Amino acid sequence: MSTAATTMERAAPPESGPRALIYRLRHGDEVAHIVTLIFAATILLVTSMMVYELWVQSALTRTKFGWEFFWTRTWDPVFENFGAAPFIYGTLVTSVLSLMIAVPLGLAAAIFLAELAPRKISDTLAFLIDLLAAVPSVIYGLLGIFVVIPLMRTTIGPALKATLGFLPIFKGPNYGVGFLTASIVLAIMIVPYIISVSREVLLTVPRDQREAALGLGATRWESTWKVVVPWARPGVMGSVFLALARALGETMAVTMVIGNTPQIATSLFSSGYTIAAAIANEFAEATGPMHQSALMELGLVLFLITFILNGLARLLIIATERGGGRPS
Amino acid sequence: MRKTLITLALMLGLAATSGAQTMLNAAGATFPAPIYQKWFETYHTAHSNVQVNYQALGSGAGIAQLTNGTVDFGASDMPLTDDQISKMKSKVLHFPTVLGAVVPTYNVPGVSGDLNFSQKALAGIFLGHITKWNDPEIAKANPGVKLPADDIVVVHRSDGSGTSFIWTDFLSKVSPEWKSSVGAASSVNWPVGLGGKGSDGVTGLIKQTPDSIGYVELIYALQNKVPYGAVQNAAGKFLKADLAGVSAAAAGAAKDMPADFRVSITDAPGAGAYPISSFTWLLIPAQWQDASKRDAVKAFLTWMLADGQGFNESLSYAKLPAAVVTKEKQQIAQIQ
Repeated sequence: MSTAATTMERAAPPESGPRALIYRLRHGDEVAHIVTLIFAATILLVTSMMVYELWVQSALTRTKFGWEFFWTRTWDPVFENFGAAPFIYGTLVTSVLSLMIAVPLGLAAAIFLAELAPRKISDTLAFLIDLLAAVPSVIYGLLGIFVVIPLMRTTIGPALKATLGFLPIFKGPNYGVGFLTASIVLAIMIVPYIISVSREVLLTVPRDQREAALGLGATRWESTWKVVVPWARPGVMGSVFLALARALGETMAVTMVIGNTPQIATSLFSSGYTIAAAIANEFAEATGPMHQSALMELGLVLFLITFILNGLARLLIIATERGGGRPS
Repeated sequence: MRKTLITLALMLGLAATSGAQTMLNAAGATFPAPIYQKWFETYHTAHSNVQVNYQALGSGAGIAQLTNGTVDFGASDMPLTDDQISKMKSKVLHFPTVLGAVVPTYNVPGVSGDLNFSQKALAGIFLGHITKWNDPEIAKANPGVKLPADDIVVVHRSDGSGTSFIWTDFLSKVSPEWKSSVGAASSVNWPVGLGGKGSDGVTGLIKQTPDSIGYVELIYALQNKVPYGAVQNAAGKFLKADLAGVSAAAAGAAKDMPADFRVSITDAPGAGAYPISSFTWLLIPAQWQDASKRDAVKAFLTWMLADGQGFNESLSYAKLPAAVVTKEKQQIAQIQ
């Protein structure tokens, strides 16, 4: 059957009834529609089931603590007094800080690989970067314990204290574990995502765009920074949000280097805790129903944070696109 | 093709003949998991019709699964609380299986020998009251040792674990303040310190952090050659943990063992008793619907209390004292 015939038949398909269904089934459209719809619906189903399950399982603490759960600073499994504030704080601080380290690094590397490096080198490096993205997080955690922690204690920490020690975020004792160490390890983990996706996006920018900019007398750098990067901005943003999602949910590597102390501290040298780490650490041995419920509610809070941050991300994309470089 | 058919027929035949196979599912504590695996494996070799599938998910998960009835029996590093017992569908019996101990480990630059820790010193350090290594409470137990004037860094387990339970149970016994403000559990609200995930996490942090102190299982310390200190026991003696000291603690506690075996043996009486020791328990339902499963469990428990105990010391677990074994054998009769 030729394409032309299909198009012609589609012009007058049976309106309704079983014949219509058979017609559409036979022509593949409806099958593809149903199959893809089922797969898409599965994602929605899994997500809503997760939220539902977390909501139901956390009933005990939700009714006992109410909204106070969000700003209570105590986490006491023995006396069953639970609050999520230190975990929310730790999750946000490490994720944001790791993005602040990883985004400039990743974007610069992606620009180099896409725009400046010879194609062969770029492809080889991109392959290696994809490999990095597949390294299990426990390996990054070990890297943190054996490399980053000693480095933090002996070199990075003292250097920061000597130069920026007057800032409250660099005060207090430095044991090598804490917010800053966790953020550095997280940054190392998420940089490959940013580089890999951003590079692909930058490579898809049409050649005309570059040539037009160069033709107007722009330098190589001006063409890259003022034309190519703005064009690729939505995609680059996408890579950043993928990285953020990974940073928010990362468990193993963070728990190995953050010190696991549920506290809110200004100093980045201080030890902290994240939501994902707390759940992973305590769930297996959580014996009381109250403790289990509190951990479930932490999961719900993490879901909420991810949801809000993703929403903000969408808004950011919309806002920047309005003034953006891509013709619409 | 014919080969496949023959294999298939053979497999079907095997499946038919092994119809008497009894499969038991269990879940629980990770600390005794190595010896349990060894026992279940050895027992299966001798009694091929009984197979136990043990999942080391943690004591909490073991208790939860037993409560929900998804496993035949559970295992836990801490005895069930009254609240947990009331949630069980039927009566559950506690069977002590092996003994473990927890030891203080530390990294103090310039101190190479073993340090002695008084009960007051350990409680003070973990409560955050004793903050310097040269504190008089530490110094007076260690005459002749030159202790630095540096800040103590406390390291504890961040993951919920039986090890933390034994440690905090000991601190609760020796310090009223600890008991009222922190308590004993597999995860607690630590007054001070950094958390390391797992025994490796704790020893890793201690190795990396000068002037730190933490705690690990005796087995872990022995197998990984982690240096550890001596602890003052109820009789006032400083003891470095070893298997004999742990068994001595159990024997000391066996005299007034409650009928349900729910007992803590931290800070046990006796000059030779190591103070931070504990039993670990199998949680066996008293009522069974399936007669073959019931008989298999009873036979296994009998074997565990006799031949099974012989494997303990090769895996660095302390043996049950004879008095406890006798009492447990009587309890097997309660399984119906």
